[in-house]
Amino acid sequence: MTEIPDRNDASADGGPDLNGSDPVLTMSGITKSFGDFLALDNVDFDLKKGEVHALLGENGAGKSSLMNVVAGLYAADHGTIHVSGQPVSIKGPSDAQDLRIGMVHQHYKLVMPFSAVENILLSHPGGSYEQSLNQMREDIAQKAELIGFDVDTDKPVASLSIAEQQRVEILKVLVAGANFIILDEPTAVLTDEEGQRLLNAIRKLADNGNSVVLVTHNLSEALNHSDRITVMRGGRVVDTVLPKDVTPPELTRMIVGETISETPELSKVAGVPQLKVRELQASRTDGLAVIKNVNFDVRRGEIYGIAGVGGNGQGELVEVLTGLLPVTSGNLYLHEKGDITHSRADERRSFGIACIPSDRQTYALAGGLSVSDNFAISGVLNGSYGSWSRIDRRKMQSATDAAVKKFDVQGVRSRTQRAALLSGGNAQKLVIAREFSGQPGVVIAHSPNRGLDVRASAAVHNHLKSARDRGAAVILLSEDLDEIMLLSDRIGVMNSGAIVAEFDAPADRHAIGKAMVGHD
Amino acid sequence: MDFLINWLANIPGFAVPFALGAMGLIICEKSGVLNLGAEGYLLIGAMAGAGSVLSFGGYPMLALGIAALASAALALVFAVLVIFLRVNQVISGLTIVFLAQGLTSLIAGKQGWTNKAFTGLADLDFGPLSDIPLIGPVLFRQDPMVYLTILAFFAVSYVMNRTHTGLRLRAVGENPEASDAAGINVMMMRLAAVLVGALFLGLAGGYLTVVVSKIWVDGMAGGRGWIAIALVIFARWRLWRALAGAVLFGCIEALIPRVAAIGIQVPQYFVLMLPYVVTLGVMVWTSLRKDTLANDPSALGRPFVREERR
Repeated sequence: MTEIPDRNDASADGGPDLNGSDPVLTMSGITKSFGDFLALDNVDFDLKKGEVHALLGENGAGKSSLMNVVAGLYAADHGTIHVSGQPVSIKGPSDAQDLRIGMVHQHYKLVMPFSAVENILLSHPGGSYEQSLNQMREDIAQKAELIGFDVDTDKPVASLSIAEQQRVEILKVLVAGANFIILDEPTAVLTDEEGQRLLNAIRKLADNGNSVVLVTHNLSEALNHSDRITVMRGGRVVDTVLPKDVTPPELTRMIVGETISETPELSKVAGVPQLKVRELQASRTDGLAVIKNVNFDVRRGEIYGIAGVGGNGQGELVEVLTGLLPVTSGNLYLHEKGDITHSRADERRSFGIACIPSDRQTYALAGGLSVSDNFAISGVLNGSYGSWSRIDRRKMQSATDAAVKKFDVQGVRSRTQRAALLSGGNAQKLVIAREFSGQPGVVIAHSPNRGLDVRASAAVHNHLKSARDRGAAVILLSEDLDEIMLLSDRIGVMNSGAIVAEFDAPADRHAIGKAMVGHD
Repeated sequence: MDFLINWLANIPGFAVPFALGAMGLIICEKSGVLNLGAEGYLLIGAMAGAGSVLSFGGYPMLALGIAALASAALALVFAVLVIFLRVNQVISGLTIVFLAQGLTSLIAGKQGWTNKAFTGLADLDFGPLSDIPLIGPVLFRQDPMVYLTILAFFAVSYVMNRTHTGLRLRAVGENPEASDAAGINVMMMRLAAVLVGALFLGLAGGYLTVVVSKIWVDGMAGGRGWIAIALVIFARWRLWRALAGAVLFGCIEALIPRVAAIGIQVPQYFVLMLPYVVTLGVMVWTSLRKDTLANDPSALGRPFVREERR
């Protein structure tokens, strides 16, 4: 982040004249909505020959949606796309391929037991098999040589590292003849060194006359490795700038916006630390270390917000705190209970740790079961509704009725209605009703307003505040900085698996934004 | 010595239905469609084969063809259910078995095909070659289907591993989403795999009546479809291993009557149980060794639906 962009000398030593040349791909007035949600709002974007164009923004800013439109995965509601001056209609991935547009997605589309050659051959039918296999090997070797990749083309893809699999994906796009190459958050899954190698390869691609879109949320990547930067926020383009014309603080402001959020009503009674997290490290089940060093305290009667761009370890942190994912090292201490690092998930619940997960339909509710069953399930475990041999249905139902009323869960026509039929907001209220029924001392809420409208999310926020006001320690993880700023008494910023900065409310939005997108 | 020659010469006839059935299942399941209806396709094939010979007065090869087509027709119902309507594949497969059991008994009864013997397919005559001691009866006194089955294994193995079609079929069973992105029509590929697989299963069924028993009896597949399913799991979806397994069970089946004939008592239910015991053992073994799962189609039993986010 401190480095001064060094891209300017590329044009000095014979790079393309980016200010002068006409765009080879232009998207104008692109609008795309998913139901009521406007993902792209009248977006303009263009791409010149031989440039690396960084598309910068927070999660949910619309970067991927925009690129999915040009790759043929989403159909835009409005807007036009021109390639080399000609208007085109891109109805599917094959149209995009015909226009030489190729996209490398965040989730690789590879057949794991197949080798790289076989994977690439899949999209190129015809000809004799043996011949095309050899032809393909040659093509791959040639393209790989061009950008300095080395890939074992005959080993099963499953045995390759993530970085190598990514190279296979890039080669797949290149062999298909693409010269508009879109890379969606390519460095997010790589180590720093691998990321550097990839960025060098991207530069070589551009030097060979291709146009590259680098979708990223990383500021320094955009500043140091692109020729132009387009910043998106909330489905709109904020501006398109040259790296030499902006400073990191200016760019940060463009990413997180100028909106002054309402001043939060701060906690009146921050008490003793309820939960202490010390030097926490954890790895995902596939072995990738995602939580590298997390330290924080949450006191009674405060909301501790954890801000950060999605995918920096927030999901795993929730799993570690609730006991679903074991730690590699480090400790968790709960007030009056001591070290709970190795307590099981059910033990933690009985200690008063409640969780509102981000994906409520998968992790918080059983959609096929009734509202009443979903509400009562936690009470069934601790014996509130009878013994193991008998369940007191009547008691369950009256408790459900009371909770539905208290937490204003609407759309419940009967207690036996399936929970899947509830709307997002009401499903969330049902989850909260259940999680709060045991008066938990610790509440972990992960993106609690995801997919909710303004009214429902205000209701959810009020519930979190009331939990705080009765003395619970609330941990709020969210990618939505507005939500964090609105509710938190203190804010930690999570970046690359660590809490990299802490702020007391009212905090400086730009300082938080800087910590979120900064590298190291 | 006579015992040995007699035994060996009879093995291919017993092994062919298992081999063809397992091959059909592998083709279908490599595309990601779990097929538990094997017993049903065998029954339909067997009945259609017998019915054709009785109706047309001979032409055993034609009867085998009709057996294969009848099975494919039944498979079309199954394919529409599981591929396009995404009905649970386990339940649909089992339903096919029960449907075929009822349907074959009904049709054969109505048409008067049941328990009516006929002249089926004769063994090939290679002249003097057939009279070579030991080798003659074993290698050169078999019916044409035995030789065709071996040819079919070479052909299918080539298609599966050495052609674009095979690569695409396997891709669809491993990762339908990636295949879709590569421009493969996942649904049509699976439909084709189910139908072609059913052709072979029907052929296996037809073989039972037209070549082996030369008579149709209700429910005469006698669990061979289930053994074929067990064989596929035992072979971990590898063609040549499935052939080896088919020959192994052919050996066992051919041995039972001959051992009984020379006065040794083997409990037949023990022998009939063997394939399933072996399958259980193989499944336990493979689940303990994760690395051997590489050849299993990962998307087996998982319906494919293309979805736009949200």
